[in-house]
Amino acid sequence: MVSGAIEAMRTQLEKLGNPSSLHTQGREVRKELELAREQLAKVIGCHASEIIFTGSGTEANNTAIKGLYWKNRALGRNLVVISAIEHHAILDPAHWLHDHDGAEVVSIGVTKSGVVDLDALKVLIDNRGDEIAVISVMHSNNETGVIQPIAQIVAMANVASIPVHSDCVQSFCKVPLSFAELGLTAMTLSAHKIGGPLGIGILVLKRGIDIPAILHGGGQERDIRSGTLNAPSIVGFAVAATSSIPVAEIAELREEFTSGVLAEIPDAFLNGDSAQEHLPGIVNITFPGTESDTLLLLLDSKGISASTGSACTAGVQRPSHVLLAMGHNDKSARSSLRFSLGATTTRDEIKKVIELLPSVIEQARTANLR
Amino acid sequence: MKLIAAMSGGVDSAVAAARAAEAGHEVTGVHLALAANPQKYRSGARGCCTIEDSHDARRAADVVGIPFYIWDMAEEFHQGVVENFLSEYASGRTPNPCLRCNEKIKFAAVLDRARAMGFDGVVTGHYAITREGSTGKTLHRAIDNSKDQSYVLAVLTIEQIAGAIFPLGDTEKVDIRKEAAERGLYVANKPDSHDICFVPSGNNASWLHDRLGSEVGPIVDQSGTKIGEHKGAYTYTIGQRKGLGLSVPTEDGSPRFVLKIEPKTNTVVVGSREELAITKMFGEKPVWCGPEVTDKPTQGFVQIRAHGQALPCEYFYDGNQLVATLEKPLLGLATGQAMVIYDGDRVVGSATVSETLA
Repeated sequence: MVSGAIEAMRTQLEKLGNPSSLHTQGREVRKELELAREQLAKVIGCHASEIIFTGSGTEANNTAIKGLYWKNRALGRNLVVISAIEHHAILDPAHWLHDHDGAEVVSIGVTKSGVVDLDALKVLIDNRGDEIAVISVMHSNNETGVIQPIAQIVAMANVASIPVHSDCVQSFCKVPLSFAELGLTAMTLSAHKIGGPLGIGILVLKRGIDIPAILHGGGQERDIRSGTLNAPSIVGFAVAATSSIPVAEIAELREEFTSGVLAEIPDAFLNGDSAQEHLPGIVNITFPGTESDTLLLLLDSKGISASTGSACTAGVQRPSHVLLAMGHNDKSARSSLRFSLGATTTRDEIKKVIELLPSVIEQARTANLR
Repeated sequence: MKLIAAMSGGVDSAVAAARAAEAGHEVTGVHLALAANPQKYRSGARGCCTIEDSHDARRAADVVGIPFYIWDMAEEFHQGVVENFLSEYASGRTPNPCLRCNEKIKFAAVLDRARAMGFDGVVTGHYAITREGSTGKTLHRAIDNSKDQSYVLAVLTIEQIAGAIFPLGDTEKVDIRKEAAERGLYVANKPDSHDICFVPSGNNASWLHDRLGSEVGPIVDQSGTKIGEHKGAYTYTIGQRKGLGLSVPTEDGSPRFVLKIEPKTNTVVVGSREELAITKMFGEKPVWCGPEVTDKPTQGFVQIRAHGQALPCEYFYDGNQLVATLEKPLLGLATGQAMVIYDGDRVVGSATVSETLA
């Protein structure tokens, strides 16, 4: 976590008041919470009243996609449109709406470089635009870092008055991002991806739009999200969001890392690199002939943390649905690793990984031939 | 040594990993995901590889203080163990899937992968002992006779035994539970697993029925005369007496037992208790856990079930089949079962029973 955010949280944790209380202590906390909301609104490019604090990005995604579906189903729109590379926090609520609530779900594919297929989306909107309750496409993908053409999607959706939600958890504070400029109806953010605390998220929801709630109770956040406001985490979130992340330095290290790896492992290739824009800190590489869980173990034993696509509830590595959507087969998807670079990543660390990688890849290939 | 500890989520493998780490080895815990679609919870003593088991294994590794990973062996397990189990039953034999799992998964797929990744061996919570001998490491019974698992390990080759570490063989099970509690392992009182892990209902007959189907067929006596009908040959086991539903009684009213299952003709053959008795067994595809058995008849013991008795016998290997002649007749031995030869407490080797003689 960003040290300033830890400090701000510590100070808040020592305060007693519930921000919804009317007494002095409550008002005191409320004041700082609302200041944090305004600071966040400035960074997000939205109005402070458009911020709804949630317990996580997952909760914000669920609230947005279910709420917008329920709202517009009442107007005769039954179609939920998502991209094939969404995070499970969008995929799963969308499929839940299909399985339990009568929604029709259409998943839009991506190109080989990992960008949402705009032509396919346009055909769908042209033909069935008045049936679509909500479109949800992430701003950037968490596995490949590829940035999606959200502004274009919003422009296409506006023609048929379709609300667009975007999971912006990965992009926030990493690339330029403005709720107002993108013209979104709803947006999801989370603090822990930017050096803020775990367990606090934001649903940005356009003013004047009300959606049915998932959590009912005290009605704290616009009657759309109930629950005592988590003041310490909200204050920590605002400090993290207003601290600068050395994006240019990270991007530079990313370039050094990718060119170094590709020079050492000639048959390795980057996923999503042909896309026009990507996040500074995410690199996804396929190492043919390996299995990612073997690589992960070997790298971990040398103090290098990498990630595989995703694990099922039993912890078993599964081929990434994102890479599969980009045209990989099961085998090549399972030969891929994601490396994340952040504010604390150093040039020496990058060098160390590049140096160690050839022997690790060789050992993993032998293990795979067993 | 650098070791992989196979951790099922049970108490035995947790203590085995802890002991290996305490002995100074560099231990990495691995939970084998063997079911393609794991169940959420474990029910009683049945099944394994549930999500709950994987969680228990992770917690145990954390308490022991070792790295922990999950290895997906579902495909290998399905091909090597589950399909073998089905095809053996389909050919009228009675297989032991735990043996196949040790042979093809734990000490083959896992050990091979571990070695390729720079590890020296695999630690498991099996109750067995290995000793250094002049011909290399040999395999022996555990001191806790009621828990001894040397039978299901008798499919390991000398090379596999060389890479196998069994830290629990010198301890009684009851003391392992105590030790687990002292070590702060949450699984100290977790029930033991029994039965076949991939048959969660515990009902082998209905599990087989669902996968192999079943056809009504004749029950005949030794002369071939039809004396009843069965509802699917897989639901019968050699030596079974109850539930045959025969309409033709024997002359003297003595009970009939299942003697043979003939899958090609879908026939169950029954006969008297005497006809069930065998004194000689032949085994194919032998594996030697130490020095090879020769054609010289040797005195020893043969065991035909995981927790069965060691039966005195004379055995030899004719270069093709492992042959054991029993001192006393045995009732009810099915082909497909493993015959494991012991020299005292040392495991000599094993073979799959292919034929029996009265």
